[in-house]
Amino acid sequence: MVAAKSVEAPNIGFDFSNYARNQFFGERLQGIPKATSTGTTIVGVIFGGGDSGEEYGVCLGADTRATGGPIVADKNCEKIHYLTPQIRCCGAGTAADTEFVTNLISSNLELHALSQGRPARVVTAMTMLKQYLFRYQGQVGAHLVLGGVDVTGPQLFTVHAHGSTDKLPYVTMGSGSLAAMAVFESSFRENMKREEAIALVARAIRSGIFNDLGSGSNVDVAVITKNGTENMRNYEMPNERGIKSRNYKFRRGTTAWTKEAVRSLIVSEEIKSTTGAGKDQGGVEVVPVPTGAGAGGEEGMEIDT
Amino acid sequence: MALYSQPPMSYTQEPTTAPVEHRFNPYSDNGGSILAIAGKDFSVIAGDTRQSEGYSIQTRYARKVWQLNDKAVLATNGFAADGTNFVKRVKQRLEWYEHAHHKPMGLKSIARMIQTMLYGKRFFPYYVYNILGGIEEDGTGAVYSFDPVGSYEREACRGAGAAQSLIQPFLDNQIYFKNQQPEAGSEKFVPGNLPLSTVLSLVVDSFTSATERHIEVGDGLEIYVVMQKGRSADDLLDEKKLAPGLKVEELGALGEGEGERTFLVRQSLKRD
Repeated sequence: MVAAKSVEAPNIGFDFSNYARNQFFGERLQGIPKATSTGTTIVGVIFGGGDSGEEYGVCLGADTRATGGPIVADKNCEKIHYLTPQIRCCGAGTAADTEFVTNLISSNLELHALSQGRPARVVTAMTMLKQYLFRYQGQVGAHLVLGGVDVTGPQLFTVHAHGSTDKLPYVTMGSGSLAAMAVFESSFRENMKREEAIALVARAIRSGIFNDLGSGSNVDVAVITKNGTENMRNYEMPNERGIKSRNYKFRRGTTAWTKEAVRSLIVSEEIKSTTGAGKDQGGVEVVPVPTGAGAGGEEGMEIDT
Repeated sequence: MALYSQPPMSYTQEPTTAPVEHRFNPYSDNGGSILAIAGKDFSVIAGDTRQSEGYSIQTRYARKVWQLNDKAVLATNGFAADGTNFVKRVKQRLEWYEHAHHKPMGLKSIARMIQTMLYGKRFFPYYVYNILGGIEEDGTGAVYSFDPVGSYEREACRGAGAAQSLIQPFLDNQIYFKNQQPEAGSEKFVPGNLPLSTVLSLVVDSFTSATERHIEVGDGLEIYVVMQKGRSADDLLDEKKLAPGLKVEELGALGEGEGERTFLVRQSLKRD
């Protein structure tokens, strides 16, 4: 018989043992290190129904700027994440957290749909997200706009990093949320047509792009109806870079060097024909690596032939 | 009777959190960037026009570059309120100088005066990075750069502000020819001899690139060009030689008009 170790502390619950350690490091360094955060504008509206004469749907929008402090890390990133064919999720906050949380929940929703034999509902996704985020007490910095269409109709939620949720007909999140909400508060109507909703969402995102320094570049839009999702990546591109006034191609030999050594990387090569895994599988298109026209090609770098 | 007149010691003596110090912080950072490049017989001083605080744009047009007299232009960057106020005081001192000596102050004297003015507030500094550009008494283009408490130096070029870390390496490479080896048998690169059209293109490209990658830089670009007396301005006024989108205007002489000419070149930058 196994003797019960009832007097020992149970191995469950919160573990704060790293708190003191982190405070200690925080005092040594300039403050406790913070993860990269994305300034963002993300929005969503419900449209259709009523006297619009169109079916219900949800329209989501996002900008495409990712930042690390004041530096633009990515000028054209994707912030509208896939959850299921009929559910999408816009992410603001810590880039890695929004990416991983939506991936995880997307997997779990697929398993859920398989075990239940029917597509998962948006409330299910929302509940899974909030329960996951609440468990991490806001430390997982994902601020989300969740939208989709299921058997109960069009659904739109915001999910905050601490786990609270809101269910509203029009929502905004991220550092550009005030700029975008200003547009919604002045122009939102119930039962808009699909095209009206897309135009309003694009205008709200543009408001964030131009008035919030954390948001910028392009407008991404996704429209979800009961027939599926139409993904409109880079729906508007109001911030394309102009041409540079000078050409910064360097003359061959610009970089100084002290020693030149050329040697073959392939010392010896032996070719054996095999079967199975090593054999040509067929059906796989072999694409040659682009050289002259590839990365750097446009910047005027030449590749030796 | 005094037994309960005071709360038990355990309440009063209990160590609470350390006292919280509340303090007024008089400074703010308003973003933006400035840069200046000296040529043989001209000097170029530029700055973007966005003024921001945090993630908000306060205005898309705030001046950061100021004409002091016919041969000196001052660019300020950092805390905008200190910047405008510092320029105001510099202009006042220049006016007093003219009244006392019946001539405008020379560029190197303005530089030294700015040093003393900045160091005069050593223990409550102007939170401003200054770059002074213009024409020296010997007719050469000059750039002086300052730190907030008055340390200064004459240079061929300098970038400052939010995007300094993006602009300065580019300038080091293109103006000082750093990390560039001249072709075998050809002459060594000498900084400070680039033609005005090249310098203007480098300034424009510096700012369009900084706008791409720094969130606090954008909206508009103002470039001041100061020219040595007698120098032809044809290279600046010829539309064909100028990059598209640039608008040039000549600023009239502020003083007696001793021959130096100042031009203002404007361009719009991305607004996102």
